[in-house]
Amino acid sequence: MDILNVNPTRMEMAKLKKRLAVARRGHKLLKDKRDELMKIFLDVVRKNKELREQVEELLTKAHQSFLVARAVMSVPVLEEALMFPKQTVELSVKTANLMSVTVPRFSYAASVPQSDDADAALEWDIFPYGFATTSSDLDASMQILASALPLMLELAESEKSAQLLAQEIEKTRRRVNALEHVLIPQLTETIRYITMKLEENERGNITRMMKVKDMMLEQMYRYRERM
Amino acid sequence: MYKIGVIGDQDSILGFKAIGMSVFPAEDWERAGEILEQLARENYAVVYITEQIAKDMGDIIDRYKDSLMPAIILIPSNQGSLGIGMRNVKKSVERAIGADILFRDA
Repeated sequence: MDILNVNPTRMEMAKLKKRLAVARRGHKLLKDKRDELMKIFLDVVRKNKELREQVEELLTKAHQSFLVARAVMSVPVLEEALMFPKQTVELSVKTANLMSVTVPRFSYAASVPQSDDADAALEWDIFPYGFATTSSDLDASMQILASALPLMLELAESEKSAQLLAQEIEKTRRRVNALEHVLIPQLTETIRYITMKLEENERGNITRMMKVKDMMLEQMYRYRERM
Repeated sequence: MYKIGVIGDQDSILGFKAIGMSVFPAEDWERAGEILEQLARENYAVVYITEQIAKDMGDIIDRYKDSLMPAIILIPSNQGSLGIGMRNVKKSVERAIGADILFRDA
């Protein structure tokens, strides 16, 4: 592992030790974040999968009925029937915060003339056409689509959340790995290098002092001449 | 207030008009891409695209993958599901976890 290009001084070492402490702390926090994100992500994606299965099934059914309707009705009549929709959907988007990932929350208001009975409203009020000239398969298709609408929005919400979470997890994982496999080893290596360099200097110093002491004693007492 | 858009071939998406979504018929993916870019600029929070058309639009759809809006959701067209939508869910699992642990048995 490469070491950082620094001067082997105590100052630098103190600085590096501080950086290492921060890196370790950051690593631990990011790891916790990643684990928690993963937990949330799995919940979201499982829901996403279920919703997608449901929606695809419903839409396939709706398409089948629609195809039949199209086969028995002429195209202009069909288009005319659907030209002016009665129901308009107003979507409002709020955002929620999942582990600092901003995810959308959709809620919708369908401005269909509501009667007191919710079922009756769903059954009658969405059809923008009269029943005289249209096929009953079209009604069936519309009904399925109307019931699929809340699910489709839920699907949009969870699928988008899953995508955003996946992105955040990928980012966090990269950071964790960079800290774990690059920055922290680099810092520890550099600190080790400085410690050894300092010890080496210390030893060099001691030897020098001993030598100097010898020379001074020699000068003072002239051991060699007395021998 | 935000709106919901649907892009796809005429026959697959006409029905969505009746439940209050805005439908944008497109015959090929180039036209669909133009529409999608336009919808992303306006306040469309969710755009549903039929798999039939979306299968050639990978790049354009991926561009909006990491932004909050619009949420682009693939839906089956009247020719049935191609499984692309499900594959995208699988892809995001792989992206997040590195291995596919949810669809192993599927």
